Amino acid sequence: MFRSGSIQSHLTLRDKIFSLDLTLTICIFLIGIISFFAMYSTDGGQFAYHTQSHIVRFLIFFTLFFIISFVKTSFWYSSATIFYLGILILLILVKFFGLTSSGSQRWLDLYFLNLQPSELMKIGLILFLAKYYHKISSGDVNKFRYLAQPLLALLFPVILVITQPDLGTSFLIAVGGVIVVWLAGVKMKFFAYLGGLFLLSAPVAISFLKPYQKSRILTFLDPSRDPLGAGYQITQSKIAIGSGGLFGKGFLDGSQSYLDYLPEKHTDFIFTLFSEEFGFFGSMTILLIYILITWRIVNIGHTLRTSFGKLYCYSFATAFFSYVAVNMGMVLGLIPIVGAPLPIMSYGGSSMMAIMIGLGITMSCKIHKDQSLG
Amino acid sequence: MISDSGGGSKIRLIGRRMFVLTAAKAIIVFGVVGRLISLQINESKKYKTLSDKNRFREWKFAPPRGVIKDYFGEEIASNEKVFQLHLIPENAENLSALLYRLKNILKISDNAVLRIQKKIKSQKPWDPVIISDNLTWAEFSRINLFLHELQGVEPIISVARVYREQSSSHVIGYVSKISKRDLQQKNYLADMKAAGMRVGKTGLENKLDSEIIGNVGHKRYEVNAFGKRIKEVSIDQGKSGKSYKTTLDLELQNLSANLLKDKAGAICVMDIYRGDIITMVSSPTFDPNKFVHGINTKDWKELINHRDKPLVNKALSGLYPPGSTIKGLVAISALENDVVNTKMVQQCSGSIELYGEKFHCWKKKGHGFVDMRKAIKESCDVYFYEVARRLGIDRLSETARSFGLGDTMVKGFHEEKIGVVPNTKWKKQRIGKSWYLGETLHSGIGQGYWQTTPMQLCLMTARIANGGYDVEPRIVLGEKSKFSVFAEKKKNPKSLEEFFNSDVSNEFDDTTINLGYNPLFRNQENINFVKDAFFGATNEPGGTSYGSRLNKKEFMFAGKTGTSQVRRITEKQRELEIKNEDLPYEQRDHALFVAFAPYNEPQYSISVVVEHGGSGSKSAAPIAKKVIKKLMERHPLRKKIQDNYKGEDV
Repeated sequence: MFRSGSIQSHLTLRDKIFSLDLTLTICIFLIGIISFFAMYSTDGGQFAYHTQSHIVRFLIFFTLFFIISFVKTSFWYSSATIFYLGILILLILVKFFGLTSSGSQRWLDLYFLNLQPSELMKIGLILFLAKYYHKISSGDVNKFRYLAQPLLALLFPVILVITQPDLGTSFLIAVGGVIVVWLAGVKMKFFAYLGGLFLLSAPVAISFLKPYQKSRILTFLDPSRDPLGAGYQITQSKIAIGSGGLFGKGFLDGSQSYLDYLPEKHTDFIFTLFSEEFGFFGSMTILLIYILITWRIVNIGHTLRTSFGKLYCYSFATAFFSYVAVNMGMVLGLIPIVGAPLPIMSYGGSSMMAIMIGLGITMSCKIHKDQSLG
Repeated sequence: MISDSGGGSKIRLIGRRMFVLTAAKAIIVFGVVGRLISLQINESKKYKTLSDKNRFREWKFAPPRGVIKDYFGEEIASNEKVFQLHLIPENAENLSALLYRLKNILKISDNAVLRIQKKIKSQKPWDPVIISDNLTWAEFSRINLFLHELQGVEPIISVARVYREQSSSHVIGYVSKISKRDLQQKNYLADMKAAGMRVGKTGLENKLDSEIIGNVGHKRYEVNAFGKRIKEVSIDQGKSGKSYKTTLDLELQNLSANLLKDKAGAICVMDIYRGDIITMVSSPTFDPNKFVHGINTKDWKELINHRDKPLVNKALSGLYPPGSTIKGLVAISALENDVVNTKMVQQCSGSIELYGEKFHCWKKKGHGFVDMRKAIKESCDVYFYEVARRLGIDRLSETARSFGLGDTMVKGFHEEKIGVVPNTKWKKQRIGKSWYLGETLHSGIGQGYWQTTPMQLCLMTARIANGGYDVEPRIVLGEKSKFSVFAEKKKNPKSLEEFFNSDVSNEFDDTTINLGYNPLFRNQENINFVKDAFFGATNEPGGTSYGSRLNKKEFMFAGKTGTSQVRRITEKQRELEIKNEDLPYEQRDHALFVAFAPYNEPQYSISVVVEHGGSGSKSAAPIAKKVIKKLMERHPLRKKIQDNYKGEDV
C-alpha cells in the first residue's frame, strides 16, 4: 500500500489487512498448526480434550490477534496504564479468591475460563513502561524520581507473582520490565547496583523459597542428586530430546512422552515431545520460526518512529525471545526448571492470550505506524 | 497530541541499546542450537539407549534343557511340567501383607519368607521372584482360587528337569541352582540369569552343560513410567537345549544298579572296539530329582553322612587297588619285555621268602608247579611275585599306563580321578622315599600303591580284549572320539572288526597308525595268550571264576577275579584264618572282577567292584555273569542299530 509521506488519519479495513506483516502472521499460524499436532500427540494420538481445547483457544486468540491489530495504536497507548492497573488488581484478587492447583495460587475463576493474570502481566508491564518512558524526556530517565516509579511498577507485580508462588512467570515478568528500562537508557551503573542488590538479597530470598523450589535449583546444579525426584524431569526431558536424534522417532512414536516418562508434556515440556518425535530438524524448525517471529517484531520496531512503538516492539520481541529461550533452556537442561510455557505451543489459555495480545499490539503498531498516538 | 519527548536522540539511544540485546539473543541462540546438536546428534546414541532402558523391561525365562537319551532313544534325563509361583514385587500393593497371605496359603516356613524378602531387596522391583518352583497340583489350584486377592503373584507353568531312573544318577549327574562358583567357572552363564535357571553340577549334565542348557528366552514389555506393562514388544521363546544320545543302555543300567542294591560298588561295561560306555553304575545311588528344586537339609545331611558315600560316582572316582585283575597286564608287560616266556614254571608253596620278607599266596597250601597260564587262571600270587621281580616296577608301570591306568580317560567328567600307577619316580616325588624291591612284588599282584577306578579297569580289559589297541571310552554320540575319527576314515564300519581281528601281529603299516588306533603290543601273540588265560580262569575247572561261567557259546566270557586288601594282614590273622565275613565291614576286602565277552568274538569288556565284598570270585564275578548274560541278550539290538549305520554316528 502506497502512502506519500502524509499522515493519514483514517485507514479502511482493507488497508489494514494489506498492511499486516505477512511473514509474522504466517509464522504465528505455522506455530499454531505445529502445536495442534504436538497436542494431538500428547493426547496419545487422539483428538481428545487437550487438542480440541487448544485448537479452539488458538482460533479464538488468533482472531483476537487480528482484532487487536486493527485497533488504533493510540488506543493501546492511552489505555496502557489502565491495563496495567487492571491486571494488578486481578493479581491482588488472585491472592484472595485465586484457585489453587499443585500448591500454587495462580488462577481466577471467570466461569468461561480460568484466567492467570500473571501471564497478562508479562505484556501489561511492558506496555505500561513503554508508555512511561515515552512520556518522560531522555534527560529525566536517570533521575531518582523517574527511576523509582518504574522500579515500583516492576517490583509490585513480581512480588505478587513470586508469592503465589510462581518463580518462572515472575522471572519472565521481571525480564520484560528490565528490558524496557534498559532500552529507555537507564545507565549501566543502576543495573549493576540492582544486580549487586539482587546477589546480596539472594540468601534472604532463598530462605523464602518453598522447599520444592530450592530442590529444583539444587537439582539443576546436579540432576543426578535425586534422579527419581526433582532431577527426574530434567533427566527424562534430556533423554527424550537426545533419543530423538537427527530425524526423531516419528509422529506419535515418542516413547518417552507416550509412556508418561515426560512430565508436563502438554505445557512446559511440549518442546521436548516435539523434539523427540521430529528430532534435530524438528527442533531447529521450531527454533527458526521463533527467531523469525522475533526478527519480524524487531523489524516492525525499526520502521516505527515513536519511542513508545520502538520501546514496545523491541521489548516485546526480546521478552518473546526470552520466553522461548527460558523454556528451551529449561527443557534442554541449561537452566533450572522454573515453569515457563513455550509461546503458543504450550497448552494454556492465559499464556496464549497474553502472547496474542502482545503480538496484536505489535501488529497494530505496524498498521498504524503513520498515525499519531494522540 | 502527546509529543514524543526527547525526539531523535532518544530513538537513537533505543536503537543502540537494542543492538546489545540482539547480540545477546544471538549468543543465546548459539547456546540453544549447540545444546540441541550435542543432545540430538553427538550424544543421541547414549540417550536412545537410555530411552530404551526406560521403555523396555525384560523378563528372562529358562529354556527346557536338552534331553539325555540312551543308545536306544530311551530318555534318561528329561523334562516335565511343573507349576511355579512367581512374584513381581512392583506389582504388589502391599508386599509384606502379600507374603503373609502366601505364607498361610502355601505353608511356607519363616526362613523361606526371610529368604524371599532378601532376594526381593537384592534385585530390581520388576524382576520376578520365585516363591515356589514346584507347587503341587493342590497348591497350584489353591493359589488360582485366591488369585484375585493376590495382586503381584503369577502362577506359571514351566518345565523342569526330571530323572525317571535312579540307576544313572551318577553318570548323568544332576542339575541345581546356579552358584557363585558356577558363574566363575562357566562363562556362558553370565547372560543366563533367568528365574528358575538350572545348571549341570556333575556327570553328563555338567559335561554337556554349555550345549544342553539352551538359550534363555525373554519377554520384552514396553512399560510406562509407573512400571505398568503397556504391551508385549517381543517374545523370544529361547531355544531348548540340545538333546543328546549316549552310548548307555538304560536297561543294563537298571539291571546293574539292581545287582548292586544294598552294596557299595560300581559296574562298568564298554564296547571294546568303539569305546562306547554301555554301563556306568555306582552304588548306592541317590535321587537326583531332589537337587532340582533345592535339596532340604535333612536329605542333604543324610547323603553326605552316609557310610557308602552315595554322591560319589565310584565308577570314575572310586579308587581301589586292582588286586589280581592286574595280573593279565603284568603278564603282558613281562612277555612284551621278554623278561619271561609263557613256559616259565614256578613252584608255589603258599608263600615265598625274598629280601628277608615273607610274601604270601592267597592259597595257603600253594598251587604247586605253575606255568603262566595256570598262574593267571588260578591267580597264583607267588608266580607273579617272581614275574614282577624280574620285570621291575618301572617297566610294569609303563605298560599299565599304555593300557589306560593312571590317567583320566572319560573326557569332561570333573569328578574323574586319575588313580596311581606306582613306579620309582612317582614314589620319590610323592612320598619322597626310594622304592623297595618288596614293593615291586606287592605291585605285581595289584596291591601296594596301586589306585585304579572301575572305569580304568574296564578300559584296560577292553584294550586287552580287542587285541591290544588303544580304544578310548566315549559316552556321547556325535562327539569326536578316537572311534569316530577311525570310522570316518575307514568309511565301511563292517571292516572295523575285521581290522581289529586281523592277524596283524608284528606287522602293521603306517595306515593303521593314521587311522587313529595304535597297537599297544610288540607281539599280538602275547595279548592273545592272556585272553586265553582269562578264558581258562572262567571256563576251566580250577579257574577262579569257574563258578560264574556261562555255558551258552555266544554268552561265554573270559575274566579275571581280584581281591584287594584294604588292610595289612598280620601274620597272626593269617594263622587264625579269619574269614572276611567275620571282619568288621570296613576291613573286609574289596571284590573285583574284570572280563570280556563273548570269548569267541569279543565285543564288550566289563569291570565290577564290590566294596568290602570279600573275594572277587564270590561276590564280583556272579554279578558280572548276570550283567554279561543280559548284555549278550541285548547285543543283537545294539548290532542292529550299528548295522543300519548310514553315516550318522552310532
